[in-house]
Amino acid sequence: MSPESMKLIATALAIGIGGFGPALAIGLLASKAMEAIGRNPEAAPKIQSAMILAMAFAEAIAIYALVIALIIKLIV
Amino acid sequence: MHISLAAEKIIEVGPIAITNTILVTWIVIAVLSFIAVKISRNIKTVPGQLQNIFEFILEAIEGLIQDVTVDKAKTRKFLPLVATFFIFIITANWIGLIPGFETIGRWTTENGEKVLVPFFRPPGSDLNTTLALAIISIAAVQIFGIKSLGLKYFKKFLNFKGPIEFFVGIIETVSEFAKIISFSFRLFGNIFAGAVLLAVISFFIPFVAAVPFYGLELFVGFVQALVFAMLTTVFLFMATISHDEH
Repeated sequence: MSPESMKLIATALAIGIGGFGPALAIGLLASKAMEAIGRNPEAAPKIQSAMILAMAFAEAIAIYALVIALIIKLIV
Repeated sequence: MHISLAAEKIIEVGPIAITNTILVTWIVIAVLSFIAVKISRNIKTVPGQLQNIFEFILEAIEGLIQDVTVDKAKTRKFLPLVATFFIFIITANWIGLIPGFETIGRWTTENGEKVLVPFFRPPGSDLNTTLALAIISIAAVQIFGIKSLGLKYFKKFLNFKGPIEFFVGIIETVSEFAKIISFSFRLFGNIFAGAVLLAVISFFIPFVAAVPFYGLELFVGFVQALVFAMLTTVFLFMATISHDEH
């Protein structure tokens, strides 16, 4: 396997596997938020803003994986 | 299509190189300073339109900070720094969506191929800018902690009450540096990936396909500014409470 093809595989795997955890995390966050809103529709704005904030953190992990993929592709 | 992770230099003045992100940071500073001077020149009790918009923004941020620290005095202390982070980052992110960014530039040859060096690039897509903002944020957290707790603030990091507490102190120290990395990479990754996404989509179907992604980028720019400001608020709050009550 030439280094070039290994680089391509590494880039694809980095973002592919790295996106799995955050996707799961964001899905769980949203589902718990939906449950909470369903139980208490009056608190919907508060739950919504807390949900968006927590999603930004979960997304950050996917962004780290994306940065590694970009570094492998563009710099290494 | 050429994507460069590092910001491209456009002018070199002796040993100092001016990159396209530095130029846009100056533009953002100029725009925000112009607005600030214009508002504070004729500040009225019944505000005009521009003053009203910024009063609304500041009151919204004050509300967010108040939700974290239930103390009015602390909210007043934290408000300038947190609001500056929010307003600067949201302006820097949104100004990168103006047409002309990353498309207007100068053609140069690099390694035998013609490469476009854009004149304008969003500041958030440069790791230097985001790292600087992160260092300022965490340094400010330390300074606020020392100002409100005195030298007892360092009991968080050097805790000799027992072996477990000592280990926790070490973890806290490492976690401060991890916060710097996490801040800078979160903002950098979001904005850089957004710019690359727009470039790639516009490469395939120009003008039309990019419209929903511009909407996404507007949203992402706002959320990242909000997350930076909120995290700074939470860290400031955690640094200024005394840890005696466990």
